[in-house]
Amino acid sequence: MSIWEYANPKKFMETSAALLPWVTGLALLAMAIGLFWGFFLTPDDYKQGATVKIIYLHVPAAMMGISAWFMMLVTSLIWLIRRHHVSALAAKAAAPVGATFTVIGLVTGAIWGQPMWGTWWAWDPRLTAFLILFLFYLGYMALWAAIEDADTAADLTSVLCIVGSVFAVLSRYAVYFWNQGLHQGSSLSLDTAQHVSDIYAYPLWTCIAGFFLLFVTLVLLRTRTEIRSRRIGALLARERRSA
Amino acid sequence: MIPDLGKYAVPVLSAYAASILLILALVAVSLWQGARMKRRLADVEARANEAL
Repeated sequence: MSIWEYANPKKFMETSAALLPWVTGLALLAMAIGLFWGFFLTPDDYKQGATVKIIYLHVPAAMMGISAWFMMLVTSLIWLIRRHHVSALAAKAAAPVGATFTVIGLVTGAIWGQPMWGTWWAWDPRLTAFLILFLFYLGYMALWAAIEDADTAADLTSVLCIVGSVFAVLSRYAVYFWNQGLHQGSSLSLDTAQHVSDIYAYPLWTCIAGFFLLFVTLVLLRTRTEIRSRRIGALLARERRSA
Repeated sequence: MIPDLGKYAVPVLSAYAASILLILALVAVSLWQGARMKRRLADVEARANEAL
């Protein structure tokens, strides 16, 4: 058995139909446990007070906003190299999900930043790179919508995705590259000097798992929608030819 | 039941409300688009089968 079997739309539809109920259930469970644990059962931070509870939304959403773009990069490269349609459609399906997580990261970051930094926004390298990544998401979705021919749209959006990856990398590592700005480095570093306390880390990891599983659920669901839309297009084209 | 969020109640609760709202909207739109496309495909396939 090869992973390329899933490039076959029929095989993808069968496998995703079997997987979806399980992934959905796990996503709901992990998110419910993680958010309940984080919101209700963790103490206030000695410096940040109750605002520390925003970490359970902000960190997973920002992580998934960046990771979604990398998933799109991989599937876009597969499209460019091997011309598997499911791969291009998976990238298209992931974009609104990644964009929504990026908005959540930006909004919760601003709400958290106001009481902690005294400002909603700063042109800090990490924040700026993350905002540009969001603009790339908008451009990527607009490009898909603007081009009628699906293969041309997949080609051009794949190139845009490769270019935008620079900002996905910068969103993650800008703090280390420039060593300036308000935003701290990694929240879950293995370096014990930076590492958040286990009291916060365990529910945070549960929320990260929940956001990841929600991302998988939505990408599977939306890819199935895209495959159906592509099939409708093919059938209508056949109808027009035979009319 | 709700923990005492002190002077940070507004920022914490608004962060949760905004995030949950955005996630629910994304899920609702994805489900709606999925159901609509499934119905449309069934119609088009039925028409194609009739034509054969």
